[in-house]
Amino acid sequence: MRHKKIRVLIAKPGLDGHDRGAKVVAQGLRDAGMEIIYVGLRLTPEQIAEAAIQEDVDVVGIDCLSGAHMALFPKTVSLIREKGGENILVVGGGTIPKKDIPKLREAGIAQIFGPGTPIEEIVKFIETTLGKRGNDNQD
Amino acid sequence: MLTERVTKLINGMLAGQKNSLAQLISLAENDSPDLPEIIKMLHPHRGKAYCVGITGPPGGGKSTLIDRLTATIRSKGWSVGIIAVDPSSPISGGAVLGDRIRMNQHYLDEDVFIRSMATRGSHGGLSKAVASTVKLLDASGKDIIIVETVGVGQTELSIKQMADTLVLVLVPGYGDALQVMKAGSIEVADIIVVNKADYQGAERLVNELRATLTPNRRGHEQSIITTQAINGIGIGELYQALDQRRKKR
Repeated sequence: MRHKKIRVLIAKPGLDGHDRGAKVVAQGLRDAGMEIIYVGLRLTPEQIAEAAIQEDVDVVGIDCLSGAHMALFPKTVSLIREKGGENILVVGGGTIPKKDIPKLREAGIAQIFGPGTPIEEIVKFIETTLGKRGNDNQD
Repeated sequence: MLTERVTKLINGMLAGQKNSLAQLISLAENDSPDLPEIIKMLHPHRGKAYCVGITGPPGGGKSTLIDRLTATIRSKGWSVGIIAVDPSSPISGGAVLGDRIRMNQHYLDEDVFIRSMATRGSHGGLSKAVASTVKLLDASGKDIIIVETVGVGQTELSIKQMADTLVLVLVPGYGDALQVMKAGSIEVADIIVVNKADYQGAERLVNELRATLTPNRRGHEQSIITTQAINGIGIGELYQALDQRRKKR
């Protein structure tokens, strides 16, 4: 018997070559029992959105250290929604100034996890948010 | 009786919607009770796809080879579905599925669909999920379906049963002549690719494979092809070998 697992796409949009944090998060979520589709660096929002749809993930985690998050994060969310991923939970990470967070939330990024966030906090957020929805988009 | 949602997914998939196909694959992965009925309903839409299994030890370059092979297949006008299987952790049950990262040139190609899948600890269950996903990709109209799996063992033997052609990817350093003589994937593979052929020991591995494979006693025709996937070398030959087998089907 196979069981439903939480599937998470981890991606880095844009021209940012620092993927250590994304890899640490990927391994942390793996250790929490989630399935991570790790697609790595230098992707366009279009590529990330398309991968999220084909992989039918529950969560997309995007990470940006380049300062281009205000352009890349909202674009990624809107493309995911456009392509039919209405229920996909999108979270962000990286060096995001506090003042940008409300705007990102408004654009559909459910939560921002800055440097130093314990993995447990991310796991808890994902599990609670998906749990609250009752996972009604999944079987 | 299928629910309205599942019927909608089937119709969406047949109309070419990728999110519908993706959600049907999730039903297959999670062994939904609706699955037999879905597969039955899609039966009239199936039967055109050619399925290629690609297996071999980790780190052999399978994903890169699939990336380059997909580019060649696309240049001939065929559409492609890819199922990339990676292992689940025996400790946490989680997984990091990292095959897709080699294939990002194809993400926006309308005629390429890539799906990553974790083994979830069960050979039997995985085989069933992969077999159903092959059927779904076939029904969605993909011409060529590539299934990538790690390692050797029962999973690979079940891939052998569902694939029209099984490709085994080895690299220099695989082992000596005795490893090559051991029973298993080398016996059942239709095409053996020696990838990273610019590495030391490639020629020796090819020679040892040749010595083992011939004379062939059971009329099972096996080919050996050398490639350097990362440099795009040998991909044309691999495509030709697959195409010849496809035409003979």
